[in-house]
Amino acid sequence: MNTIWALAKVVVLEMVRRKDFYVLFILTVLLAVTAGSVNLFNEDRIVRYLKEICLLLIWVSGLVIAISCTARQIPAEREHRTIFPLLAKPVTRGQFLLGKFFGCWLATGLALALFYLFFGLVSAAREQQWPVLNFLQAAWLHWLMLGIVIAATLLGSIVFAAPSSNGTICFVCAAGILLLGRHLNKVALQLTEPAQSLLYGIYFVIPHLELFDVRDLIIHNWELIPWGVVALASLYAAAYTAFFLFAAWLTFRRRPLN
Amino acid sequence: MEPTVHLDNLRVEYRDPERGGQTKVAVHGLSLRVQPGEVFGFLGPNGAGKTSTMNVLLGFTPATGGTARIFGVDVREPIARQRIGYLPEQTYYYKFLTAEELLRFYSGIFGLGRAEAERRIDAVLKLVELDHARKRPIKTYSKGMQQRAGLAQALINNPDLLILDEPTSGLDPLGRMKVREIIQRLKAEGKTVFFSSHELGEVETICDRVAILHQGVLKAEGRVADLQREHAANLEQVFLKLVGHSPTA
Repeated sequence: MNTIWALAKVVVLEMVRRKDFYVLFILTVLLAVTAGSVNLFNEDRIVRYLKEICLLLIWVSGLVIAISCTARQIPAEREHRTIFPLLAKPVTRGQFLLGKFFGCWLATGLALALFYLFFGLVSAAREQQWPVLNFLQAAWLHWLMLGIVIAATLLGSIVFAAPSSNGTICFVCAAGILLLGRHLNKVALQLTEPAQSLLYGIYFVIPHLELFDVRDLIIHNWELIPWGVVALASLYAAAYTAFFLFAAWLTFRRRPLN
Repeated sequence: MEPTVHLDNLRVEYRDPERGGQTKVAVHGLSLRVQPGEVFGFLGPNGAGKTSTMNVLLGFTPATGGTARIFGVDVREPIARQRIGYLPEQTYYYKFLTAEELLRFYSGIFGLGRAEAERRIDAVLKLVELDHARKRPIKTYSKGMQQRAGLAQALINNPDLLILDEPTSGLDPLGRMKVREIIQRLKAEGKTVFFSSHELGEVETICDRVAILHQGVLKAEGRVADLQREHAANLEQVFLKLVGHSPTA
């Protein structure tokens, strides 16, 4: 555990000391403040629309931070050759991957916490109420979803040499699943064999990231999701994360480092 | 006494992408023993197989054949690396960290407690004379200072075996002298040092024994003085002769 925690702390420290996170944070804050300060007769629909825009920004920023932070981890270690003195110590490849995963997940969680806290403050200031549990559920499920994306990106960073290609592929896949994932089965029904079976197969195999998108909970102040459902969603996310991490370990465990 | 490093009929092959993925043999049946407390020089021209051998010892690449053991433990076991320190040829560390943070990170990897880690960090920074720059980011260090920071990380766990890959490469004479002094101090403390170098004068000064490798084959192994006596030449001439280079008049 010491090793994994030490590795994770360095990843978090790196993100805190890099400028790109601050650029993204300031940009999101500026847009959220601008959207939050627009007072259009306190019309409910417009307020909801503005909240939707702010949350969309947080989702895009979260995805960009998670993917960009993770995609560069292993290629940068190899390019800067920092992986050599590290793996010359009693560190297994599995610990190395887990340390990177937890580091990226924690770093992304830190960014999400800041985004949601800021958005909550702006929102509470306008509406004179802050449904904290709604925010907690939405942020938790969002963070779990990013855990799956981070594990998949880590696997991609072992398979693809260039961080840019890995980052692009992961971003396109994650965005694709978020936008189209829930409709694949309906599309499959309109196809002929074997395309139908293939698309159905894809529908059942891919991680349904869209299940974790509960922004409406905040936008419409809906009632809380039952905690049992949240627990099941957490298990679902843990299973996919573990699958991608296991695949990453299988690919990386005997790979020569030259 | 059990050798610190024990290579037995080691063979390393790799696929060469420049030759359409053909298999190339980097090390042919290398057998070596390095005894505790020895400073052992691992010599050879570029491409001789030194780095490939070190890569196997450190678990970076698997051996194709034969065995490699450190302190009697197969090098594929991560625990074999608990008592070793490694300095790569070129030192690249997390540049956003200070030397102190870097060493704290590696202390965490070895599971050192906070008090023990701080004590070791103070000791190694003093040893490599970087105490004054401990709070500066590594990216602001000169090459010599970076090399010494590299030595500091290799020593953080108070290792019994140090594997140094060309530790003085690219350093100015002062930097080379400092690294040499540190190796001699470690030798005096009874540490085993296994290092590769192209600086034959340096090897002559600090090594107890050497091995000369050429095209993956062990050409000679023994005490420096014995090799010189056997070939009636200095170490550089012995080296050139064994790697098949005849100096022209």
